[in-house]
Amino acid sequence: MPTIFEFANPKRFMTLSARLLPWVSGVAVLAIAAGLWLGFTAPPDYQQGDTVRIMFVHVPAAWVAMMAYGLMAVASLFGLVWHHPLADVAAKSAAPLGALFTALALITGSLWGKPMWGTYWAWDARLTSFLILLFLYLGYIALWNAIEDEVRAARATAILALVGVVNLPIIEFSVDWWTTLHQGESIIRKGGPLIAPVFLWPLFAMAIGYTALFFALWMLRMRTEIIQRRTRTLLLREAAS
Amino acid sequence: MSAFLAQGGYAAFIWPAYGASVVGILCAVWLVVSQYRAARTRLALLEKPKP
Repeated sequence: MPTIFEFANPKRFMTLSARLLPWVSGVAVLAIAAGLWLGFTAPPDYQQGDTVRIMFVHVPAAWVAMMAYGLMAVASLFGLVWHHPLADVAAKSAAPLGALFTALALITGSLWGKPMWGTYWAWDARLTSFLILLFLYLGYIALWNAIEDEVRAARATAILALVGVVNLPIIEFSVDWWTTLHQGESIIRKGGPLIAPVFLWPLFAMAIGYTALFFALWMLRMRTEIIQRRTRTLLLREAAS
Repeated sequence: MSAFLAQGGYAAFIWPAYGASVVGILCAVWLVVSQYRAARTRLALLEKPKP
């Protein structure tokens, strides 16, 4: 039976990702298109009015931002413990995408906050911990760029990613642990979601779309990184001969 | 149409939120695809048999 390491072979990854990419990209386009259609045809919410539509881009961006960090941390752990080169590639490739979705969640969240809370920003636990997530991503990217040696850079950034993972439960449970301006869990909770199905469907479609989009871009970035590493190896070999 | 654009009086918040999302995602797609193409071209040039 093949092990996870055999599947994580860069050559096998290139073959597998070439096959998966069109399908994952297709799912992303279709799900986002469906989400936009359902989102803009949904009635206004009885409390939020039309601003409920901001939720359809805000919540999926926040979910993907956290998922990306989780994946980056798992890949970092594999890289750190088993020194697997594809794990380093995976972690490095996920960071800029995670930073993008974090920034989008913060921007769209503040645009929702102004009409609903009366302010674009509040130093509440959920918002602050999410801002820390953005800084963790930016710090991770900066650290990768600051260290020239790839092996050392991978090790240092893996440690940073693993230390930063403590922020994920803080983000998730901040609304339960502290009194926050941000509303509590209303979708994934005991007793089922508090949101009406008419809003749940567009949210669900957009969540699938954003997740598929992240995976498509992640695979493409990993492919780019593998090609760039092969190019560097060839250039070094050429220079040596 | 104007009612759709007005978004119940919240157009100033809803359209910028969607605008930022579209611009952010399209920029990311463009950047990732162009970097991939550039990397592939560079490697192909290096792997080309030299006379």
